[in-house]
Amino acid sequence: MKPDALLYPAPKGLYCQIGDFYIDPVQPVERALITHGHSDHARAGHGHVLATRETLDIMGIRYGEGFCGASQAVSLGETLVVNGVEVGFHPAGHVLGSAQISVRANGTRIVVSGDYKRRRDPTCAGFEPVACDVFITEATFGLPVFHHPDDRAETRKLLTSLAQFPDRTHVVGAYALGKAQRVIALLREQGYHQPIFIHGALQRLCDYYQSRGIDLGELRPATLAADEKQDFRGTIVIGPPAAFADRWSRRFADPIAIFASGWMLIRQRAKQRGVELPLIISDHCDWAELTQTITEIAPSEVWVTHGREEALVRWCELQGIAARPLHLVGYDDEGE
Amino acid sequence: MRAFAELLDRLVLSPQRNAKTRLLVDYFQTAPDPDRGYALAAIAGTLSLNTVKPAMIRDLLLERMDAVLFRYSYDYVGDLAETVSLVWEPPAGTVQSDVPLGAAIERLQMTGRADVRSVVRDMLDRLDTPARFAFLKLVTGGLRIGVSAKLAKQALAEMGGKDVAEIETLWHGLSPPYLPLFRWLSGEAGKPALSTPAIFHSVMLANPVGDGDLDALDPRDFAAEWKWDGIRVQLANIGGTRRLYSRSGDEISSAFPDVLEAADFSGVIDGELLVGGTTRTNRATRSFADLQQRLNRKTVNHKLMDAYPAFIRGYDILFSGDRDIRPQPFVERRAMLADLVDTASAQHFDLSPLVPFSSWEELDQLRAAPPDPVIEGIMLKRLDSPYTPGRVKGPWFKWKRAPYNIDAVLIYAQRGHGKRSSYYSDFTFGVWTVVDGKETLVPVGKAYFGFTDAELEILDRFVRDNTTERFGPVRAVRAEPDFGFVVEVAFEGINRSTRHKSGVAMRFPRIARLRPDKLPRDADRLETLLAMIETREST
Repeated sequence: MKPDALLYPAPKGLYCQIGDFYIDPVQPVERALITHGHSDHARAGHGHVLATRETLDIMGIRYGEGFCGASQAVSLGETLVVNGVEVGFHPAGHVLGSAQISVRANGTRIVVSGDYKRRRDPTCAGFEPVACDVFITEATFGLPVFHHPDDRAETRKLLTSLAQFPDRTHVVGAYALGKAQRVIALLREQGYHQPIFIHGALQRLCDYYQSRGIDLGELRPATLAADEKQDFRGTIVIGPPAAFADRWSRRFADPIAIFASGWMLIRQRAKQRGVELPLIISDHCDWAELTQTITEIAPSEVWVTHGREEALVRWCELQGIAARPLHLVGYDDEGE
Repeated sequence: MRAFAELLDRLVLSPQRNAKTRLLVDYFQTAPDPDRGYALAAIAGTLSLNTVKPAMIRDLLLERMDAVLFRYSYDYVGDLAETVSLVWEPPAGTVQSDVPLGAAIERLQMTGRADVRSVVRDMLDRLDTPARFAFLKLVTGGLRIGVSAKLAKQALAEMGGKDVAEIETLWHGLSPPYLPLFRWLSGEAGKPALSTPAIFHSVMLANPVGDGDLDALDPRDFAAEWKWDGIRVQLANIGGTRRLYSRSGDEISSAFPDVLEAADFSGVIDGELLVGGTTRTNRATRSFADLQQRLNRKTVNHKLMDAYPAFIRGYDILFSGDRDIRPQPFVERRAMLADLVDTASAQHFDLSPLVPFSSWEELDQLRAAPPDPVIEGIMLKRLDSPYTPGRVKGPWFKWKRAPYNIDAVLIYAQRGHGKRSSYYSDFTFGVWTVVDGKETLVPVGKAYFGFTDAELEILDRFVRDNTTERFGPVRAVRAEPDFGFVVEVAFEGINRSTRHKSGVAMRFPRIARLRPDKLPRDADRLETLLAMIETREST
C-alpha cells in the first residue's frame, strides 16, 4: 500500500485512518499514541492514551491524574495491535520514557521518531534503529551548522567556571523534563557531589527520575525560609529557562547566567538571551547524527517533521533519497 | 588556539568588566609565550596580519559544500566566520590537533599571497570548531569581542601587580608577541627598557562639558582655545627619528612627509593636523573634507601635497628635546610650545590661539558663533594642569558647538550586526528636492545610532511592516509625501561631496529623535542643507 494511506498529516497531527489513532496530536482526540512527555507532544485531554509507563507517569505529574479518559502502558520493545494496525514502541534516547512508534499494516511500515538523539544519556535508554519503509524524522537541528560537542566537555566548562568565579551563583537554565536531570547526572559523573539547588518546577520530575533508579545525588530546593540569609554564592542552581527573567532569580548573589541547550551553539542566540556561559547540550540529534541515522536505517522514503525541514530534504535529494517535508504545526523546538 | 578560542567566547558573553578582567588575567597567567602575546595583540588591535577577504573563505567552503545547504546555514547563523567554522568538514581521516596561536600567526605572517588559500584551507582542516572560529575572526580581521585595549592593559597591570600607567608608558615602545613585557609582569625579568626613540605617548583627552559642570568652576583658572576640526596628532622628533601618530597611536608618517620634513625641532608636540594655510601665512584653514584627501594613504605625491598642504596647529608639548615636561603646568608648557613654534616652519606649524574670556556666558556666546568654519567648539584647560594620559575628569573640557539638526525621511534600512542582527538598525534617510520636475527624496546620509532600544523597536517594526522592495540585506521602505517615517537627524558638520548623489556629506549623523508627529512632506529640503554649507563657507 502507499505509505500515505497508512499515515498522513491531518490538522490535529499525524493520523492513522486504518487504526483510527493519532500520534502526538496537538489537539484533544479520541485515541492518541504519545512518543514522550514534552508538553508539545504530550497534551492533556485525549480520550485514550497509549504510551510508555514513564511517559504516562510524567503526563500525570504535569497535568494531574485526570489528564486523559483512559491510559494504557506499553513497554519499549513491545508490539501490539490497534484496530488491526501493528504498533511498536522502540527506545528513542530523547528523555526518560521516550519512544519511537512504528506503525505497520498491509506490509508497509512507518517509523515516527518523535524526538530522538544518538548520544549516550545516563538518564534514558539509547536509540535503537528500526528498519522501515518510511522514516519520519524530526529536524530540530536539521542544518549543517549543528554539531553538538561532547556533553562532558560542556559540563566541565561549568565546573571550571565555578572554580574561576567561586563567589558567583551559577544559575543554569535547563528544560524541566530531561535536560535538567541529564545535566545533574553529568555533573555527578564528573565528580561534583555538592548539593545542587533546584527550582520548585523541577522537584517532582527529579523525584520521579530518582524513583526510577536514576541517581541525581543530593538535591535541595532553591528557596529560602523567611529568616535565612543564604545567597547561594559558589553553588549550582538549576531552574527552567523562563525562571531567569523572573523575580525568582533575584535571590542569588552575583548570578552568572548559564543555559544548557543545543541552541547555545549559535553565539547570537546566547547573546540575545543574555547568557554568559552557554552549555551546548542537546536532547536532539545534530546534523551529522540525523544524516547518519537516515543512512543507517536506509528507508525508501524520508518524511521530515518539525524543525528545519528544508535543509534535511535538500540533503536527502543530494543523496538520491526520496524526501518531503510534512509541515506539521504545533511543535515547539525552542524549549530544547 | 583552543585556549584563545575559549577566552574569546567567554569575553564576548561576559558583560561585567570585572569578569572580563578575571578571564583575561587567568588566560595571561596560564597561556605560554608567544601565544599570550599574540592574543594580547589581537585583542588590543596591534596585530599585523595580511587579512583574508570573506569572499575567499566562502570560496574555500563551496569547494566542498552544496551551495544551497550553505545558504540555509548562513541565513540561519548570520555571521560568515561562525557559519564556516560550524559547517566546515575536514576530509575523512584528518587528525585534528590544536595548533598553538603563535604558530598559526607566525605561519600566516610568513605565507606569501599565492599560498594563502592553501594555508587557510589547511588550518581550517586541522582546527576544531571553536578554534576554527577564532582563526577565521583573526584572519578576516574582525574580532569584535567588546574588550578595549585599555581593559587588556588593566588586566596586564593586575596580572603583574603594577600600575596601569606604567604599562601605558611602555606600551607603544613594545610590539607583539610582547615577550619582555610578560617576563617583567611574571617577575622573571626587570622592566623592559625602551630602545625605540620617538615612541607614541598616550594623549591627554578632555571630557565633554555636562550640565552644571562649569557652575562650580572659576573662569580665571582656565584657558580656552578653539577646537579645530581636523585630526588630533602627536609629532615626535627624538634624536633625529621623526614620527607622526594619530591620537590612538597609529603611525601616519608616510602620508605626511611634508610635515615630517619640516619638523626640524627636537621634542614631542601635540596638535591638530589640518590642511590649508597657517595663521602665520595668513591663509585660510580648510575643511575636514579637504583633509580627508590626505588621510588613509600609504604614500603621497607632490601634486596632492601642493593641492592640500598639511600643517599642525600646536596644542601642547610633552617633551622638550628628550626632557619630559608633562608634569609641568599647562601655562608653562604652552610658553615652551610658543617658543618652539616660533622657530619652526611658518607653512607647517602654528599655535592654536587662546580665546580671551571673562565669564562662562561670554564663552558660550563665542562658542555659538566661532570666527572660523573649521572650528567645532571650545577646549577648556586648567592653567595648572599637568599633561595626564587618558581621559581624567576635571583638568580639560571640550565644549562643542551645537549640532545641526534636520528632519529627514527614512528610505532604506539594513539589518545591524552583532547584538542587533535581528533588527533593522542601519538607516538611510533622505530630504526632498526636485528631480526632473518631480518632488523626490534624495538620500543624504546614513545613521545607525542615536536612538534608544525602545525607539529601535519602533523603527524596526515600521521597516518590517512597510517594506516595498528588498535588495539583499537592504529593504526599501514606504516614503511618500503622506506616508512614511520622519526622523530628526543631528550631525556635527556638513560638506559638499562629489561621492554622494545629493552632493552633500554629513559628519557623525545620528538619529536624535523620532518624529511620528510629522508627515514626510514636512521634512526638510536639500536646499536647506546646501544653505547650511554656504553659511559656513561665507563666515
